[in-house]
Amino acid sequence: MSRILFWVAVAALTVAVPFYLDGFWLQTGLFAMSAAIGAIGLNLLTGATGQLSMGHAFFLAVGAYAYVFLAAEPTRTLGGLGLPPALAAVLAVLAAGVAGGLFSPIASRLKGAYLGIATLALIFGGQHALFNAEPVTGGFNGRAVPPMELFGFVFADSPELVLLQVPFGSLERLWFLGALLLAGAAFFARGVLRGRPGRAMNTIRDHEIAAGVIGVPVTRYRAGVFVLSSMYGGLAGVLLALVFQRTVPEYFGVLLSLDYLAMIVIGGLGSVTGAVIGAVFVSMLPQLLTRYSDAIPLIAAPGSGGVSPAEAARILYGAAVVSVVLFLPGGLYGLLRKIRPHLTGLRLRLAPSKISSGPQTRSSHVP
Amino acid sequence: MTTFLELLVNGISIGAVYALIALGFVVIFKATEVVNFAHASLLLAGGYLVARLHPLVGFWPALLLGVSAAAVVAALIEFLIIRRANVGSHSVLAIVTIGVDIVLTTELTRQIGTEVLAVGDPWADSVVRVGGITVAETRIVALVTASLLIGAFLLAFKYTGWGVAMRATAEDAETAALMGIRLGRVSLGAWAVAGGLAAVAAVFLCVFPTPGLDRSTSLAAIKAFPAAILGGLDSTTGALVGGLIVGVTEALMSGYQNDLAFLGRGIGDVAPFLVMIVILLIRPAGLFGTKEPARV
Repeated sequence: MSRILFWVAVAALTVAVPFYLDGFWLQTGLFAMSAAIGAIGLNLLTGATGQLSMGHAFFLAVGAYAYVFLAAEPTRTLGGLGLPPALAAVLAVLAAGVAGGLFSPIASRLKGAYLGIATLALIFGGQHALFNAEPVTGGFNGRAVPPMELFGFVFADSPELVLLQVPFGSLERLWFLGALLLAGAAFFARGVLRGRPGRAMNTIRDHEIAAGVIGVPVTRYRAGVFVLSSMYGGLAGVLLALVFQRTVPEYFGVLLSLDYLAMIVIGGLGSVTGAVIGAVFVSMLPQLLTRYSDAIPLIAAPGSGGVSPAEAARILYGAAVVSVVLFLPGGLYGLLRKIRPHLTGLRLRLAPSKISSGPQTRSSHVP
Repeated sequence: MTTFLELLVNGISIGAVYALIALGFVVIFKATEVVNFAHASLLLAGGYLVARLHPLVGFWPALLLGVSAAAVVAALIEFLIIRRANVGSHSVLAIVTIGVDIVLTTELTRQIGTEVLAVGDPWADSVVRVGGITVAETRIVALVTASLLIGAFLLAFKYTGWGVAMRATAEDAETAALMGIRLGRVSLGAWAVAGGLAAVAAVFLCVFPTPGLDRSTSLAAIKAFPAAILGGLDSTTGALVGGLIVGVTEALMSGYQNDLAFLGRGIGDVAPFLVMIVILLIRPAGLFGTKEPARV
């Protein structure tokens, strides 16, 4: 019961946010949503199956650029197919999956950290392609992203829309799209992890040979999870492109991949909630530090020579990765789960009628 | 033909430097089974110290200080973090080193800023001409130094007590511990050696014809990762061969860039990774890596 109440509260809060918070928070929140989708995908691969990937940023790039290319009208210098944006988004996610599938001869045969180094090739090769395939990607300067359109509803600033005296621009509209996508992505991943595939993935991570002995097709699973995780990356890329409204190749580098690894470690390896918590933490930290840099000691404004907010954020979450592994195996989500019984215990003590009924009913089961 | 020979010599020389980095990487992996993604930042730390210290104390003392500092930093990472991390999977330890790398690289690139720091080597931009081909002195010194260091390391690995302890640990850590080998010391030593080698490599990555140490130097160091893995992560021979393959490919691809224009600008930087993919497709364990004989 309390679980249903919790989710109703979360949903109500999500709906209420665009009516109260300004553009900065909405944009930060949208980045966090996109990051959360990507992190869930990476957590399926790295957290649940034990396959390290440094190439996640590549699949975000594939999703983002495929969407732009498919949805944009062709111009004199840039190609485009001018498909309906919703169809283009679906195809972009599939394209990311195909890209992951093409890498599967390697993804299925290498394990753990070996795969991590091999996937570095995706980043460097991918960025090389992004910079050079100018008719498709726009080269160094990137391309503008056509707005999403769903059943005639455009996710952009025009046509104007005012709801309850709040002007609904592109960020407000995208907020709901992002929340729906994240909910769907999280629900699906939860299903994968709790069902038969999840058990198989965890067994591959914990003991590859044992997994093979009990009949898990190890290589096929590795390839499959890699494809699934790249599709999550592609979806995150599409959402990111919609929020940014411009895609530039510079962004999809090694650093972005490292960010995603930091997210899943900080949040908690192998769980959906952990990925979401980590994504919120890592993607909001630089934004918050930038916004409040005057108020926080030791952090200087960008360009003034001191520690800039972006650098401070990187150092902080780099250190967070190390300290989480040293002191908090299970990440922030593990910590939450550990302290939850204490919290409920607190609530029970506040309501003495429950505490007296609790042990009695339980003791009646004991012979 | 002259161009080809010049490119080949340069490639072999830079390949020897990559081999130094890859060797440290492999040594750490053999001793502790950790894939050390912080290697690039160790290299940057060593190079940075040499570049900052040489105007104060001269090149050779600065080199000595830089190498020892990188060794100490590497040993500290092992002692304070890797040894204390209590995790089941080695992938997680690899991610820890990524965390370390993020912290170190961010701070060092902040210190470097937009500067290009000279390392103050005594060879500067002088060149040698042998039979029609022109090679920078720094390239020859790099080749000789790297060969000497690698040779010394391999001999030590084979004949000294330290080397035997290291090989025994790599073979079977538990049995080695029962024979009285102190695993902590072995892995501490491995990390320190790797850090030192990385610092030497840093100097040779930043000398002529490269302009100097700047924030992209750590990206150059990342090219040693494919070198290590295409040779086989658990093979010292593999590190050497891998380094040479990566160096020569990179030099040739950059040198003939104009003839390879259809591949796009800057293909030389991507080439090592493409070679790695091709080799991994044929031999997933790398050229000299041991295949795990598990079959179900």
